Amino acid sequence: MRYSGLRVIAEALTGHKGWKPVWRDPAPQPDYDIVIVGGGGHGLATAYYLAKEFGQKRIAVLEKGWLGSGNVGRNTTIIRSNYLLDGNEPFYEFSLRLWEGLEQDFNYNAMVSQRGIINLIHTDAQRDAFTRRGNAMILNGADAELLDQAQVRAMYPFLNFDNARFPIKGALMQRRGGTVRHDAVAWGYARGADSRGVDLIQNCEVTGMRIAGGRILGLETTRGFIGARKVGVAVAGSSSRVMAHAGLRLPIESHALQAFVSEGLKPFIDGVMTFGAGHFYVSQSDKGGLVFGGDIDGYNSYAARGNLPVIEDVAEGGMALMPAIGRARLLRIWGGIMDMSMDGSPIIDRTPVEGLYFNGGWCYGGFKATPASGWCFAHLLARDEPHPTARAYRFDRFLRGLMIDEKGQGAQPNLH
Amino acid sequence: MIIPHPLLGPRDAQEFVYLGDASLMNRPDGMTAGIEAFHDWLYQRDNPAGIHRELWYHEQGDRSWLVVTRNTLTHEILGAELARDVARAMGRTK
Repeated sequence: MRYSGLRVIAEALTGHKGWKPVWRDPAPQPDYDIVIVGGGGHGLATAYYLAKEFGQKRIAVLEKGWLGSGNVGRNTTIIRSNYLLDGNEPFYEFSLRLWEGLEQDFNYNAMVSQRGIINLIHTDAQRDAFTRRGNAMILNGADAELLDQAQVRAMYPFLNFDNARFPIKGALMQRRGGTVRHDAVAWGYARGADSRGVDLIQNCEVTGMRIAGGRILGLETTRGFIGARKVGVAVAGSSSRVMAHAGLRLPIESHALQAFVSEGLKPFIDGVMTFGAGHFYVSQSDKGGLVFGGDIDGYNSYAARGNLPVIEDVAEGGMALMPAIGRARLLRIWGGIMDMSMDGSPIIDRTPVEGLYFNGGWCYGGFKATPASGWCFAHLLARDEPHPTARAYRFDRFLRGLMIDEKGQGAQPNLH
Repeated sequence: MIIPHPLLGPRDAQEFVYLGDASLMNRPDGMTAGIEAFHDWLYQRDNPAGIHRELWYHEQGDRSWLVVTRNTLTHEILGAELARDVARAMGRTK
């Protein structure tokens, strides 16, 4: 069923009796050409692009819970392509371009809103660094603008410009950045994949991998054995647990990242704002809630919830930047589990097991990457060669000294 | 989280800096180990869901390194030892 304004009107006049379930709920077949493990944003996008752009057939997505039940529904919905390094920026710009055409492409309202993102500047050194970053973005075809203090003041007059420790001197802005309705991304990709014949199999947890002669034969699951010519794993947060079934250790630690939503307020933050020095970022949802966050909790965790010290730290960052929010009450706090990689950048690569492919290590920036991650992983699965924008996301970059370390922190995942 | 410091008693985890898996104590011998062994030691992790032995540094305290045993699924802390004692038990001099 194709969605359109006309369709909404027609359904409204006929009692909304014509809407159908958006995807099937099939039982698993005995075997498939390609099985994707993980029915989140990245896995569903991979299946969608495999079917739509790469002409693949007999595809299944296995999800241990329900579709979109993981990090695609737990993030703070920001899209942007404001990276510095050559290994990253072309990939994230590719992703932002896919976001720009996504709703037309998969005929689903994902509420892509290019409301602009600013990164605040407090010192001359930071202005130099952001100028360099902006130039790197422009060189890679993205947009970037350097704002002075007056321009930031015109946008957000209520910020604490004269903070003694971090006075606001300007900002790096990417106008094409913004937010997206995150659940709708999972639903849109799921619907698009299902309508192209992909089997989306829910409540199906992978419990083992059948490997013989260095080649993957299929997956043991809670719904029986499922044979596969190729298997793509896209389960960021649980990557180490799933890949352990193949006997592989990864350059990844799992960490908890918390996110926060305030009670609904009148619109006063138009775009996305990051206050890196204060470990705080914020946007305002269409319902009025301030959606914000800060640092990861900083220790290995699979608990999907964080602890109070980070909550205090994030609240302090918010108050330092915007004293006006002091009386706003928090509505919700939750945590998600991140694949924190050793250089802060992701991995989309083959593995030593023939036919087994891996997509993960997204740290706390996986949501914005969803379309390009799916496209590049589909490219790798279908053609057995990396997409040009994802060539650097290899496992062996650590062995070869080709890290993509935006922050220059080294192999210390809780600092990325 | 409260860490039961073997010398100082219960201490707030906020006084500590987290490093990671306690296997980071077992750095290979730079003169004999190959590059692959160093790569595995520095970059690869078991990253278990469950019991995890990990290094915490008491920066805002007595500046000792601890090996803390903690459940990564629940954040429950099951014990803490001085990293020095753990290293000595492995036969090292310090």
